[in-house]
Formats: sequence, structure tokens, C-alpha cells
Amino acid sequence: MSRIIQFRQAVAEAMSEEMRRDENVYLMGEEVAEYNGAYKASKGMLDEFGPKRVIDTPISELGFSGIGVGSAMNGLRPIIEYMTFNFSLVSIDQIISNAAKMHQMSGGQLTVPIVFRGPTGSAGQLGATHSQSFESWFANTPGLKVAVASTPYNVKGLLKTAIRDNDPVLIMESEQMYGDKGEVPEEEYLIPLGQAHIDREGTDVTIVSFGKILKVVHAAAEELAKDGISCEVIDLLTVRPIDYATILSSVKKTNRMIVVEEAWPLGSIATELTYVVQREAFDFLDAPVRRITTADTPMAYAPTLVEAFLPSINQVIDAVKGVMYR
Amino acid sequence: MPKKKVTKAVYLKWYEDMLFWRKFEDKASALYIQQKIRGFLHLYNGQEAVLAGALHAMEKGDKMITAYRNHVQPIGLGEDPRRIMAELFGKETGTSNGKGGSMHMFSKEHHFYGGHGIVGGQIPLGAGLAFADKYKGDKHVTLCYMGDGAVRQGAFHETMNLAMLWSLPVVFVIENNGYAMGTSVKRTANHEDIYKLGLGYEMPCAPVEGMDPLTVYNAMQEAVDRARSGEGPTLLEIRTYRYKGHSMSDAQHYRTKEEVAKYQEQDPILIVKKEIEDKKYATQKQLAEIDERVKSLVKECVDFAENSEFPKPEDLYKNVYSQEDYPFIINN
Ligand SMILES: Cc1ncc(C[n+]2csc(CCOP(=O)(O)OP(=O)(O)O)c2C)c(N)n1
Ligand SMILES: [Mg+2]
Repeated sequence: MSRIIQFRQAVAEAMSEEMRRDENVYLMGEEVAEYNGAYKASKGMLDEFGPKRVIDTPISELGFSGIGVGSAMNGLRPIIEYMTFNFSLVSIDQIISNAAKMHQMSGGQLTVPIVFRGPTGSAGQLGATHSQSFESWFANTPGLKVAVASTPYNVKGLLKTAIRDNDPVLIMESEQMYGDKGEVPEEEYLIPLGQAHIDREGTDVTIVSFGKILKVVHAAAEELAKDGISCEVIDLLTVRPIDYATILSSVKKTNRMIVVEEAWPLGSIATELTYVVQREAFDFLDAPVRRITTADTPMAYAPTLVEAFLPSINQVIDAVKGVMYR
Repeated sequence: MPKKKVTKAVYLKWYEDMLFWRKFEDKASALYIQQKIRGFLHLYNGQEAVLAGALHAMEKGDKMITAYRNHVQPIGLGEDPRRIMAELFGKETGTSNGKGGSMHMFSKEHHFYGGHGIVGGQIPLGAGLAFADKYKGDKHVTLCYMGDGAVRQGAFHETMNLAMLWSLPVVFVIENNGYAMGTSVKRTANHEDIYKLGLGYEMPCAPVEGMDPLTVYNAMQEAVDRARSGEGPTLLEIRTYRYKGHSMSDAQHYRTKEEVAKYQEQDPILIVKKEIEDKKYATQKQLAEIDERVKSLVKECVDFAENSEFPKPEDLYKNVYSQEDYPFIINN
């Protein structure tokens, strides 16, 4: 049985179900409790679980991230919410130098079963500080796992898996997706980390993407279908570890790849995928791999500049036609 | 809880422990010069009373966490010193199988949670350990150590506030040894009474004379009791001194030989030894026996480390994740 729910409700259901299942799971962050979440993604949770397990913090990301990691070293399974991942930067030391390192540095004595979650990327005209994507930064770090959700269905399944995982996991969402509606089963389900999803099967071009920018990709694929071009759209879902196998088998079928990513180009996930495809599927490629990323600038406020910054449907269409030599 | 008695047995333990830590560190220093131990090496010489006094105040299940000056704390808590020496050598028999090194010692079994190389980074972790104990309803206390340099980090201030807000069972212990590398305390702020930082958070706080384990114990017992009874954190500024350079590569131009000598006159080991002699807790012969035991245990540590193997190259991929089949990227 399925029903249509909002993305924010899927997030709340994932956390609530896991908190019912395991007493050691708790949620901590700014405005998560009494305010019901800055984006209402923890609505009703304070009422159900009380202030011991749904914990409002002052604006101290460094402090509460570190307390989360320390509590995980001592047996708890915290969910640390960032109002957005832009603000995780003041606590990045706790994620990179502590959460990601503790298991290895202690020779396996300590584990850090923690989830850091919140929105990533742009969310309208918020200017440069509030519009950043750090997926590739975190994905660069051994010791972390990083997933980026794109639908109510997959955010619920990924988040539940992340909460049960014994390693530190980052789950990234988007302010602009919390209101999205989608089908979510009534029954419990999990989505494994490290597995990409083929959203749309096709034969001419493989388009790999993840997160909310997939909407742009899907819109472009629709348009291109009208022109008789068949796109295979892959939602990466997890950016560490990456499901290379699914991408490679698709590229070996379509012989063309485009990566669409809402992030700066240098050192992006797109760059990594391009490396692997040229290394593992060189002889299958009929055109150079192309990437469509944001502009190589900070995002800016004016609507014209937002448009100029983000990957667009037209850019995707042009790139697809480019690799098809049409 | 009434103060525990500081008996003859305690004094003899303090003497033997502190002497062992001192000799262990001296040996590590010599081994560093021989290049058996590499990387950075920060020694505890001079600060032993801060650990000895604290250990007497701790109960089973109480936790400790500190920065990178951390070889002797796990030993004090019960870890096998041979495994600490092996870790310094980078051997697979080390506490972290050779993956942590000098700055990253851990002993979960003995409630020692590291061993942290980023100045101030361990402070919220210590509060987090305490958070978990409180959450689970365990009546344990966490002793969260840091240097005088670390209190200038934002992590310290955020953690002080959160620990008070949530009344966490933690004691913040500042080991004020006068310097952060070459920077004296007075060059890091316009005040020198570091303990007063607690006042802004209304956290009970005090300066403590740190060359004598007895004064450390007394202050620590009060703080530990406060935490255990649910009254929240305490900030102790323990005034101590490090005899050696910050790490092994420190020419120490920032201080005089006279200053070091002045502190060595009130050496914690001498203070304890004098008490033992004055109170006739042990004969000279018994003291000599302790010295012998210490010497031979240090030797055992070195032999154990020498005779252990380095980890194998493929061990690099072990314990990065607790997931056993994590698909690492292997370049080909
Ligand atoms: C964030 C960070 N900055 C700088 C350093 C380099 N560093 C290592 S120890 C140290 C001095 C710290 O002094 P203090 O906190 O007083 O501790 P002590 O060495 O005296 O025990 C510095 C600057 C570091 N490890 N981490
Ligand atoms: Mg210092």
C-alpha cells in the first residue's frame, strides 16, 4: 500500500520510526523541537518523544556536532540536523577530523554511528553564503558516507538505512524539496547506501545526476524524447561510495555520458565520474564525456544571475545534442 | 561523597605510577632520538600530579579524554603500557594497531577516549561522552582535559555553554603548563586567570595548585562529586609545568633554564617521595625496589615493542569503516 506524502513528512517518518525502534537514537539541532523543524521536517516529534530525545540547541554547530560525535563514541546514535549544510562549515572539523577518523585512529575500538542531515545547495535568491553544495567535499573524505536524496521515497529509505549504519553518514536534502509530494509505501523499507537508481531507461545518452537538480534532467529528457532522443537517467543517490558499476554498464550501452551536478566544477563528483568512465569504458565512448555544473563563481542574488549560475534544461538539451553530434 | 582517604597505599601508588610515567616518557624521548619513534612526540614530564590526583577521584566507568599529550593517561587507567609503547613504535600490537601513533592513543576497555591531535577538538567530544552517560542514566563522570592554549578555541566556549545548559556530568580540566608551544598564557589573552572563563557561563570554577597530587585530588573529588550528583560541570584550571619542550623539536627559546629549574624544585615525584619518607611509609630499601620494578617494566615495554611486527600494507584498509566490505576506490 502506498500513499502520497510530502518530502518533509517522509523525513519525519524515517526519524520517528527509527526512534521507536531504538532508544539510543535521538535528534538534535536548531529549531528541531519546539518549532517543529525550520522546514517542519521534525513535525510532531517533540510531542511523541519528548525533550530528552528531540533536542533544541543554541546556534552552536561546532559544539553540538562534537557532542553528537562524543555521544556516538559512547553508545548513542545521534541524528544531527543542520538548518542547512552551509552552516556545517563551522563544525567541519568535528565531521572530518573526528567523526570520520575515530574508528581508524582507535584501531577499531570506537565506532561513530551518527547521521548529519539537512538541506544542501541553492534555494532561491539567498545569495552566496546560503547556496552552496559541499557533497564532493564530504565525499572526498574516507570514513564518511554521503547520500543525496531526491524524492520522498528515497529520502525515507536512505535516512532509515543511515540511522542504522554503524559509520558516520551525511544525508543531504533541499529546502526546495520539502514540499515535494511523492508515493511512499505504508510498509517499512530501506534503501541501501552505494546503489544508484535508474530513473528512466534509454538507449542514446546516459545522464548521471543526483539531488534536486535531477528535476532539470528529467525535464530535459522529456523534451529530448519528443525529438526522438532516448536518455537513460541515473540518480546516483549515494556519492560516497559511488555505484560505478551501474554507470559503467549504462555507458557501455549508450556510449555517451553527461553528468549534471549542482556544484562548482573543479573537483566535483562529475569530475570523478568522468575519470572513471574514461579509464574503464574508454573504448565504448562515442563522444567526450560532458559535465554541466553550476558556474565557477559564488551564486549571486539577482534572478538573472541565479539563472545564469544553475544548470538549466537548455544546457542539458544542448549537451545531449552535442554528444549526439546533432 | 566524603573525600577518600589518602593512605600510605595511595602515596606508594602515586610514587610508583608517577615514577613509571616519567621513566616511560624519558625512554620514549631516547627512542625518538634513535628514530624508533617518529612523528610528533609530546611528553608529560612535570605534569604527572594532574593525572595521579585525578585518578584517585575517579570511579569505575568514569571516562577520560585529552589532547595529544596522552601516553600515560591510558596506562594510569589500566591499559597495558607495553601496548602504548608498541603504538609509539607504530607496531600492530599497539593499542590502535599502529594506526594512531603518539597523538592518538585509545583504550575503550579502560574508558580512555583519546588521544586527539586537533587543539580543542576533543572538548565537545568529552561533553558528548557525558551527554551519553546522562542520556542512558549511567552515573559516570567524564574528565575532559585540555591545554591552556585550547581554551582560546571556539569549541571550548560552545561546549562550556552547552554543558551548563544541559547540566552534563563532566569536569573540564585545563592543564595550564604556562605555554602553548612557544606562546605563554599572557600572550594569548588580556587576562591570565583562565579559570575565570567559567564565570561567564556561571560554571563552578577554580584554580588548583597542580604540582602536588593531593591538592589536585581534593579539587577533583569535589568536581567529580558535583557531576555525579547531577549538579553539572566544573571548570578546573590546574597550574602545572612541562619540563620538556612542547614536542621533541623545540629549542625552548621562549623560557629560561632558571624557570624550568624553579619548577623542578617542586617536582611532584619529589613531593610524594618526601611525604613517604617523612611519614615513614616505606624504607629506603622498599623505595629502591620500586625504582627497580619501574626500570624493568620500562624495559619490558621496549622489548615488547621492538619484537612486534609493523602492520601489513593491506591493513591500511582495515577499520576505516566498521562496514567490512566497504568498496574503496583502488586506482588501477
Ligand atoms: C587546531 C590546531 N591548531 C594548531 C595546532 C598545532 N599545535 C599543536 S599543540 C599546540 C599548542 C597547544 O598548547 P596547549 O593547549 O597549551 O597544550 P600543551 O601542548 O601545553 O599541552 C599547537 C598550536 C593543532 N594541533 N591544532
Ligand atoms: Mg600548554
